[in-house]
Amino acid sequence: MIELVSQSRCIECNLCVKVCPTNVFDEVDGGAPVIARQSACQTCFMCEVYCPADALYVAPEAEASVAVDEDRLIDLGLLGSYREAVGWGPGRTPGAAKVDATDYMQEKIRKVLH
Amino acid sequence: MSDAFSISTQQNEPLELTADVLVIGGGPAGTWAAWSAASKGARVVLADKGYCGASGATAPSGVGVWYVQPDPEERAKAKASREALGGFLADHSWMDRVLDQTYENVAHLAQWGYPFPTNERGEQVRRGMQGPEYMKIMRKVVKQAGVKILDHSPALELLLDFDGVVAGAAGVQRQENRPWSVKAGAVVIATGGCAFLSKALGTNVLTGDGGLMAAEAGGEMSGMEFSNAYSLAPAFSSVTKSAYYSWASFTYEDGRVIEGAGSQRGRSIIAKTLLTQPVFCQLDKADDETQVWMRKGQPNFFLPFDRAGINPFTDRFPVTMRLEGTVRGTGGIRIADTTCATTAPGLYAAGDAATRELICGGFTGGGSHNAAWAISSGYWAGGGAAAYALSLGEKAHNRRLRGAGRAALRPAGAGFDTAEIVRGVQSEVTPYDKNLFRTEAGLRSSLVELNGLWRAVQGRPESASTTEGVIQARQAAAMVATARWMYASAHVRTETRGMHKRVDHPAQSPEQQYRLLSGGLDTVWVKPDPTSVAAPAPKETVSR
Repeated sequence: MIELVSQSRCIECNLCVKVCPTNVFDEVDGGAPVIARQSACQTCFMCEVYCPADALYVAPEAEASVAVDEDRLIDLGLLGSYREAVGWGPGRTPGAAKVDATDYMQEKIRKVLH
Repeated sequence: MSDAFSISTQQNEPLELTADVLVIGGGPAGTWAAWSAASKGARVVLADKGYCGASGATAPSGVGVWYVQPDPEERAKAKASREALGGFLADHSWMDRVLDQTYENVAHLAQWGYPFPTNERGEQVRRGMQGPEYMKIMRKVVKQAGVKILDHSPALELLLDFDGVVAGAAGVQRQENRPWSVKAGAVVIATGGCAFLSKALGTNVLTGDGGLMAAEAGGEMSGMEFSNAYSLAPAFSSVTKSAYYSWASFTYEDGRVIEGAGSQRGRSIIAKTLLTQPVFCQLDKADDETQVWMRKGQPNFFLPFDRAGINPFTDRFPVTMRLEGTVRGTGGIRIADTTCATTAPGLYAAGDAATRELICGGFTGGGSHNAAWAISSGYWAGGGAAAYALSLGEKAHNRRLRGAGRAALRPAGAGFDTAEIVRGVQSEVTPYDKNLFRTEAGLRSSLVELNGLWRAVQGRPESASTTEGVIQARQAAAMVATARWMYASAHVRTETRGMHKRVDHPAQSPEQQYRLLSGGLDTVWVKPDPTSVAAPAPKETVSR
């Protein structure tokens, strides 16, 4: 579930409020958005992919809220890691363009199954 | 409108629009429908429950697409590949036209700038899309085509004219706390399937709303027994991607291998084991080279592992199977003709909201088939709706309308607790021993429970004092309706076919090689589809 809106990184663009499919965030006048309905979070990671400031962290636990530490997430390189993997952001190549693994994977799956 | 449904909370001034075509749902099917209708000169409004571009099962995922070169041999092979798995319920002419239309439309997607990768010969490989990129482009294309998008605007009901013809829809803008209504010449339902709030990746906006709205307007369902899709996921996680589990070994807590467990044919054994104890998994069959390719192919598969500090190739982790219901099943709103019209006049259906039996029969449309169906059926539904709406001329917007919504919207009974209804439905549809392994007695007992829940949602939701509360109550009603069509159909199909497994009827019965239609609200009915293969004289089964 969504666990962090980084106060230091957030640029108050409110894009997360706009793109979240389950309406988890609320805008705040003159501040970073707040996680207003955490239990509605479906752990789809879309807010993170859209966040231009890498200010959000969605923990992988879908059922329970877990404590997170911003400094530690930064040390581990996890803030913005999914946006990077998708290849969004200035100077990046969309991940979609990079590789087509279909043939390789289908062949491998066939071998594993038989 | 004189008979607007009631929300007790203070609301802002309603937003009232007119359009030729209203599209409900902004995933792949909805965006293809909106683009298609706009390209034919229709004025189009698209309303999404969340955000068009991020909503639904495709956006956070990666999808393969049933994209096959127009080579007769390749096409024949593609059609044959799932025919037996689907219980021979697919239709060859529909498979042909979906393959043709998908091939053509994916070329549009390439023109619009989707960055398909290239192979060593420098040709684009167009067999799959990454969700975030795909849906971002679709939103842009739809906007450029002049479609007006209403985000965070769940539809709550269809609007009918006084002849009972579908002529628009109404809902609420949840972020503005404001009712909306669109008067339209025709409506396309592209609201996705129903996964019963299971948190399978991206599916919590998919609660069967379109099916309920369609049924209230006279629409019918088809193939609702093919609704028991489950997907493997790390037990703590929402990321449901089963394909990579081909490299897995499955073990009991003490490390012993679970004989016969596997991601494809052995999934039932995993489910049976999960009924009594945890199942652990490790992707230990992937060599170094494969591991590298896996990361490149599906970055989001590794997201939960990387974040939880698990190396799935060397560490054992607990798995679960999350319900994907009709999202990866094939049942949905009945398609009445090649324009994807439903049996309700003025109403069209596309994508996972509609039946996908026409191309996959009774076996999961998950992945490539559903993606191709969304592209094609969206395109046809949008075009069909535009032609119909434009043929009405000025009459389209001069009709007096009434709301068709009943359950949870216009109270006819005592108050109910939405959370309790949701728990009630989930406890009938989520357990593997009820939905995956079906029996006569189990289905009958579930239907009794579900019929009780249906009576309850005729009342006033206790949550009706807030906009969110009304949305959730209506979702709960849609899930109850969906579950009743599912189990009533599963009860009538006394055989095992496609993904529908009857423990008490383990064989496929040649006499039942037909599709099952279903429908009804207070009284649910099921009958063979007379247009499907080898149907005997239709007999109707009513469950009260």
